[in-house]
Amino acid sequence: MKEHIVLIIGAGPAGLETAYQLKNLGLTPVVIERNDKIGGHLAQWDRLFPSSEEAEQLLERLKGQTKDIEIRLNSRITNIEREGDSFHVTLSNNRTYDADAIVLCTGFDLFKAEKKQEYGYGIYNNVITNAELERYFKTHHDERINEPKRIGFVHCVGSRDVKVNNTYCSKVCCATALKQACEIKDEFPDADVYCFYMDLRMFGKGYEDLYLKAQKDFDIKCVRGRVCEVSENIEGKLVIKAEDTLLGTPMKMTLDLLVLMCGMEKADGVDKIQKMLSINSNSDGFIENKDTFTGMNLTRERGVFVAGACTSPKTLPDTLAEARAAAMEVYRYLNS
Amino acid sequence: MIDFGFSISKSSHIQMDDVDLKLFNKLETLCPDIKTCMACGLCTATCTAGNFTDVSFRQIILMLQRGKEKEALQKVKKCMMCGKCLLVCSRGINTRNILLSITRIYNEAQNI
Amino acid sequence: MIVEGKQKIWADYQKDIPDDHYYYVRSCIRQSFFPASEVTFLDITRNKLGKDFYENPYHTTCGGIAYHSDSIPQETAMTIIARQFALMHESGYENYVCSCITSFGCYTETLETWHEFPELEAKIRQYLWDSCKKEFVKPKYLAHCSDIIYKFRHEIATKAKHKLINVKTGKPLKVVEHIGCHYSKMFPSKGFGGAEYPHVLVGMIEAWGGEVVDYPERRQCCGFGFRQYFVQANRGYSLSNTYKKFESMEPYEPDLIITNCPGCPYFLDHWQYVIAEQTGKTYGKNGYGIPALTYEEVAGLVLGYDPWDLGLQVHQVAIEPLLEKMGIEYDPKAKYKGIKGKDLGTPENPVNIKIV
Repeated sequence: MKEHIVLIIGAGPAGLETAYQLKNLGLTPVVIERNDKIGGHLAQWDRLFPSSEEAEQLLERLKGQTKDIEIRLNSRITNIEREGDSFHVTLSNNRTYDADAIVLCTGFDLFKAEKKQEYGYGIYNNVITNAELERYFKTHHDERINEPKRIGFVHCVGSRDVKVNNTYCSKVCCATALKQACEIKDEFPDADVYCFYMDLRMFGKGYEDLYLKAQKDFDIKCVRGRVCEVSENIEGKLVIKAEDTLLGTPMKMTLDLLVLMCGMEKADGVDKIQKMLSINSNSDGFIENKDTFTGMNLTRERGVFVAGACTSPKTLPDTLAEARAAAMEVYRYLNS
Repeated sequence: MIDFGFSISKSSHIQMDDVDLKLFNKLETLCPDIKTCMACGLCTATCTAGNFTDVSFRQIILMLQRGKEKEALQKVKKCMMCGKCLLVCSRGINTRNILLSITRIYNEAQNI
Repeated sequence: MIVEGKQKIWADYQKDIPDDHYYYVRSCIRQSFFPASEVTFLDITRNKLGKDFYENPYHTTCGGIAYHSDSIPQETAMTIIARQFALMHESGYENYVCSCITSFGCYTETLETWHEFPELEAKIRQYLWDSCKKEFVKPKYLAHCSDIIYKFRHEIATKAKHKLINVKTGKPLKVVEHIGCHYSKMFPSKGFGGAEYPHVLVGMIEAWGGEVVDYPERRQCCGFGFRQYFVQANRGYSLSNTYKKFESMEPYEPDLIITNCPGCPYFLDHWQYVIAEQTGKTYGKNGYGIPALTYEEVAGLVLGYDPWDLGLQVHQVAIEPLLEKMGIEYDPKAKYKGIKGKDLGTPENPVNIKIV
């Protein structure tokens, strides 16, 4: 059998799992990563919902599976030229590859919280993001988290919000919020923890159990209503306003810490790669795949495949399942 | 004091900082299942008394959490204790126990 | 508070307005509320900054006050606006600047609406022709007068006779800024600094030496709301909103409130008297209130205008404590003298708030 080179763009969970599966199928995957380490957002996370498994364990498994695979770090795609069914790819360090197929595993960026100006991220000291709270759980170091007595979580930051042009649900934030709420309550048992949600989308295996556990065992108080604005009082505490929509009454409270559940957006820089490959974006701004049911790993371009959160917000199990499915699609394409 | 024909009204905002949850916390300790309410409204939809009065188990719990004790206790009085909400609650909350506990805890507090 | 975060937003929300050659229109109510604010604006821009600000004697209200009080439909308000634009064009100007925040909101709303619905613009064009036999040209630039003072704030600072600094302690005065709702809440990109953290007044305060107070209810409306205030039975709504703001700013002990709207300074000023008479509470030191001034009045004080020439005696809250903090000399005997020494009469002394 002729050696088939498959170029995978992105060394997050989707890229690593796709590479591993392709290697098992006898193909030659090469993973291109723009950062100086692999793992994507997974490498920044402490524990994973719903079971609170350590992110590190999953990352180590993915690393172990791919240790014999060529992974190019600190590399950006600068040019792709198509010649028939072959792709001539140039990287930022002038290295070139002739690939028989490309799999886009470019993942997502977290919504930039400062865009929701009313929440005062980057202005009021004690407003932090979900990613910053994960970093705290990993390092136990963040000057802003100092024996908080009352903590709030805002769901849907940058999601389901026409004002930031993101009308979709980011899918992972509800479960992440309740997971983080339990974890911070565990750390500061005397604190009151509030989650401000609009719908609690606890759809996956074990998610509803997490919700019940959060209520029953951790006394997390879920308030149905979106926080409308954040300010700071003279003591430097946060003052928030929201409506308790189940009671139909506006409410106000002071908080020591507010965590913004930033949703997902298409990763920065992917537009350029899409342009090189003539691939469109969908209405949510992510990469457009061929269809929702049987062509979710395909694009309209022959030989270009997709896996993971580059096409829409996805959980880790979704992403890993898509990676395996994408590998099968690539295999079928190269052997037909 | 001058009568201007209008005056300062109290804000309708619930100021959570001023809400005293001592009694509610006592209730929660006695009936921890109260925390698991997900506001589905089954209790209110099925309530015999709720068809004719403003009693709503779900709202009673929420009002107590937000410091609206007086209004909540007014609603409690209208309950007929038929047990239908206990039958339907999808979280398995012992509504009957909670209603009796509310009456006891909050009445005791009033008598002191 | 992380100032850099705000600075980033301020840098993003800058708008391009010209330096010179403006067609100037007044507010309906400001001349009675703050009799010298508009004339001071014209004097500063024309004589201190040497700019061309033209005022056409035939201009009228923008109709906003009637539109917001539910007494005229939007098409009527738009036709009045169309006539104003026609007068601007006839006068040979293309940059339009208005004194009133609600006018600014109405002009912005009208231009945006015409942009989205050109058929409505055509209809208004016909109405204007039918009613006045006039044709209008839309302004090339639209600005609010506070935008102009903001643009020249540093130049004003170089000419300053007084700073927003307490001369006794050498410390900056603590200044609350209050932005009229119609400045940028409807169209955040049309205001300097946007809608959440507007820079238009903050920029003036900082350029003139003061320290800005950011308090929890900063973004809230003063509660004027037109319809709410005009009906006496509803005035409690306006009063309660202002009361909420004062309760929220009180711990910061502000020396001064500066505003860019016709209604806000009036209510932030006068409701202090009503609150004092109803509750006994005052928000300044020693039984005084907190002066609530227009940005023109503050610019005037900074540039060394006589406080009584600025009309500060018509404010409900006594201005004297502020003048003393800023080291501004004034003649107490001249307080209630108008132009050419005309006697304005002396107000009654309220029970709970000092006015002299």
